[in-house]
Amino acid sequence: MTRVAILRYPGTWSERDFQHALSLVPGVESDILWHEDADLKGYDAAVVPGGFTYGDYVRAGAIAKLSPATRELRRFADAGKLVLGSCNGFQILCEAGLLPGALVRNRGLEFRCDWVHLRVERDDTPWTTGLRDAVLRMPIAHGEGCWVADDETLADVESRGQVVFRYTDERGGATAAANPNGSLANIAGVCNEGRNVVGLMPHPERCSEALLGGTDGYRVLANLAPALAGTAPALYR
Amino acid sequence: MIFVATIRVLPKSEVRDPQGEAVRGALRSLGLAVSEVRTGKEIVVTFEAADETAARDAVRVMGTELLANPVIEDYAYELKEGAPA
Repeated sequence: MTRVAILRYPGTWSERDFQHALSLVPGVESDILWHEDADLKGYDAAVVPGGFTYGDYVRAGAIAKLSPATRELRRFADAGKLVLGSCNGFQILCEAGLLPGALVRNRGLEFRCDWVHLRVERDDTPWTTGLRDAVLRMPIAHGEGCWVADDETLADVESRGQVVFRYTDERGGATAAANPNGSLANIAGVCNEGRNVVGLMPHPERCSEALLGGTDGYRVLANLAPALAGTAPALYR
Repeated sequence: MIFVATIRVLPKSEVRDPQGEAVRGALRSLGLAVSEVRTGKEIVVTFEAADETAARDAVRVMGTELLANPVIEDYAYELKEGAPA
């Protein structure tokens, strides 16, 4: 059994969606942990869901990075455990320095609530095993999802293969028109150098069953159990 | 001692500021010859510190750990002794 901790900060709102989506993955059980007393001992993976923690005050994710849960998350990540951040969770991981770059106001100033396509750039993270070059369709819902970094960081992230997801058209072309928020190099998600921490702006938990209009999120989340057992995912390959 | 720090946070010059661009467009619509607008925020913090050196150290912690993200923002501050006016 893979045990997953789902962190809940004040203003987190996707934790129940994640718990439901993870309940569909065989061999995975999850708990929602309140940020003030989140103890990650005994867990294999942690999820930082979307929302508007602390009302996005100062910057999206800025106040959450100083929460006890984020300190615990840093220890957890340093120990090589798996961490996934989606939307506001991605913003928190970048603010905390667990992932490179930062997420700023969308280029067009619009809040984007839409379906997008993503090309999976790397299958050597535990969250994307077997998905190399897959084009996934996922929903986004964010106002501050424009990923930026200085030139040196961007070059490092590209050369070290830390770009995990890129916004593309449905055929996998990373065009300007397919970029919903102005992110540099169409970057939708990155990983750390250790590859155990992955963040992305789209919402895999909102497209994990056909009833919700898509199942590509499940293809990411289904990696959890088998990735930890060191085997290829059996489902939705 | 009581200190008041006025901390100003602005996006780094190489980071696009879409809010500033929108404000520039609106100011131009007033017929003004506005060439550039950068938007940020100002935060006024009243706090205690042993002396001015300790106060400046404290403001640096505020700036780098929370109020500005060094990846995208710069900050500057003014420090005064005493309660806010």
